[in-house]
Amino acid sequence: MSDATLAPPPGDSRLAYLRRRLFSTWFDGIVTVVSGLALLWLITTVLSWALLDAVWSEENAEACKDAAGACWAVIDARGRLILFGLYPYEQHWRSALGCAIIIATMGLSCWPAMWGMWRLLGLWLAGFGSFVILLHGGVFGLEVVTSEQWGGLALTVFIFASVFVIGMPLAVVLALARRSNLPIISWMAAIFIDTVRSLPLLTILFAAAVVVPFVLPDWAQGTKLGRVIFGFALFYAAYQAEIIRAGIQSIPKGQEEAAQALGMTYRSTVLDIILPQAFRNTLPSTINQVVITFKETSIVTIIGFFEVTASASAAVGRGEWGAYYVEVYVFVALVYFIFVFGLSRYGAYLERRSRLSHV
Amino acid sequence: MLKIWRNRTLRGTLIQGLVLLGTVALFASFVLTARENLVSQGIATGFGFLERSTGWPINFSLIEVSDRSPYSRMLLAGFLNTIYVGLLGLAAATLTGLVVGMMRISSNLVLNILGTIFVETFRNVPLILQVIFWYALLTHLPPPRGAIDLAGVGFLSNRGLMLPAPALSAMDLAILALGLLGVLFSARRMGGTRSGLTWVLGLGALAALFTVLLLTGRAPDMPLVSIPELRGLRFVGGLTVKPEFAALLIAIMMFGGAYVAEIVRGGFLSVDRGRLEAAKALGLSSWQIMRFVHIPLAIRAMLPALTNQYIWLMKATTLGVAIGYPDYFMVVSTSINQSGQTIELLLLLMGGFLAINYVIGGIMNTINARLAIKGRS
Repeated sequence: MSDATLAPPPGDSRLAYLRRRLFSTWFDGIVTVVSGLALLWLITTVLSWALLDAVWSEENAEACKDAAGACWAVIDARGRLILFGLYPYEQHWRSALGCAIIIATMGLSCWPAMWGMWRLLGLWLAGFGSFVILLHGGVFGLEVVTSEQWGGLALTVFIFASVFVIGMPLAVVLALARRSNLPIISWMAAIFIDTVRSLPLLTILFAAAVVVPFVLPDWAQGTKLGRVIFGFALFYAAYQAEIIRAGIQSIPKGQEEAAQALGMTYRSTVLDIILPQAFRNTLPSTINQVVITFKETSIVTIIGFFEVTASASAAVGRGEWGAYYVEVYVFVALVYFIFVFGLSRYGAYLERRSRLSHV
Repeated sequence: MLKIWRNRTLRGTLIQGLVLLGTVALFASFVLTARENLVSQGIATGFGFLERSTGWPINFSLIEVSDRSPYSRMLLAGFLNTIYVGLLGLAAATLTGLVVGMMRISSNLVLNILGTIFVETFRNVPLILQVIFWYALLTHLPPPRGAIDLAGVGFLSNRGLMLPAPALSAMDLAILALGLLGVLFSARRMGGTRSGLTWVLGLGALAALFTVLLLTGRAPDMPLVSIPELRGLRFVGGLTVKPEFAALLIAIMMFGGAYVAEIVRGGFLSVDRGRLEAAKALGLSSWQIMRFVHIPLAIRAMLPALTNQYIWLMKATTLGVAIGYPDYFMVVSTSINQSGQTIELLLLLMGGFLAINYVIGGIMNTINARLAIKGRS
């Protein structure tokens, strides 16, 4: 063989690519022009509303009245209310730092080097613990702020994190119980999971907030926030358990049998053989469920908690800023968007990664 | 003792017995505490309260209810409201999702971009925030006096959307529905090549009969179409789409549409390329490939995910309570507040949603089984 190699096949040049994607037929061309104009209109409208014609700071709030664009002055004026709720004004740094810690914890647990049961457990307990200490106070000379005063983004993040911390171990237990050889155990787990999954989250939160005090003696009731988080965690666990169960079923039966043949105990089989693979196989669906859970934390607004959706409504509820509700809702939507979009991109990345490693 | 613990069968039985005993004890303590609380509040248990009148009204209902209606009728009204907004929402979300999903898989780059913007915007923001946002938008419209005139046909104001409506009584609607069902059944019975003819004849006969009924069976001065008119501070006549209902419907349409679009896209992408190429090699036109190969196979791939999405959206209608749409959940929670019959109402609530889930799941599974390609699992 000589050194001469074939020239690479003539690929799409950039121009040919655009031609194929935009003007392959005359009908395609018309569609491109019409939808292109719509896209252009959308972009210019949003840009001029949100950036070019917008009023930015509280000092010139008067200018909002005749401005054609967004009045971001309302965020300048009410941003702290939206992000921190009723938390004492001087202590807002604690709320902000707490949020940053939880976000950092979430970020760290996305890093593959942290994927071990004990590492993740330690990370989340540390992150979650320092969040609670920071927000609640009472130690290290921090003023005590009870959970009734928590609000805004910190409350959203707190509910999300505690649902995850309580729900995940519960989900593992439920998934294992449903697969158990003991008929009564698996039957009860199945009934619990199926019932919870068929109910709307709102009814479960409502029952936890309003009905549970009715059937529990006073000493076992806890706070309203605690009950609602526990109800939410049960809901999350029921969904997550089914995901884990699917992951367990995707592992060949031979592995479990091999572990037993080697004399491994049930605990070791589950912790060292089954669960690590089950989690790895179902990472995309788990991330998807986490994303859904993050969005659904907004439902606690209805039960009467002052998280970020509720504080947005409160910020425009009455008074001078009432007319600028669009800006406030867009701001809050953007906050959710950053979290949710980021997480789902990460999920997509994991999916690509696992597909590559299987080839 | 240790010996018993070592014995696998015995240990299993022991664990199960303990768990069962614990659960029963837990439920017994719930019931006992609840009864104690009920007795101390002077509330009688049982479903007798369903016959009592409620004493509070709801602002939207498909059936006639007032504050003197009994609880049973009020709950029925709430249940119908949930089904009504849910079914319309599912239909709207499916249509939106089909259009957007097709945009996302189209070969046209600009359509791709538009579809992606739609999906990422409406999927990544919580549904309840969208519900509240649309509601705020609709209630900030001008009052009826300054209502936006939609080409003289309808009016848009902060009281909702006013549209002209055919002035049909409940009787007229019932006759129409029965007639349609009759035509449907006879067409099914005929079957085969004659079903098309039956359809045409049946529908023609029904239309003729209904027109005669409409023209003869009503007071002479009553108009056929009722048009909304501004009288004083509000609109009279026509059909009013309330802002609560519209906001919930729009939110479900957009949010559900974004999810359905992803399901549609996934369904189309899941179709094996080899089959499409085979169809092309057989000389089918691109429209024929779409109609007879691509769409049928894609629909089969979409159905399971679509079932889950429909059930999810149906449950999500409960969020209407945030803006005051009186769905089943809102009626039940108000009833709990007003009557204190907590346990009974909670059971009714769970029963209602279980029924909705099973019906949707059952319908979708039947469709799935009907469509499944024979001879494949």
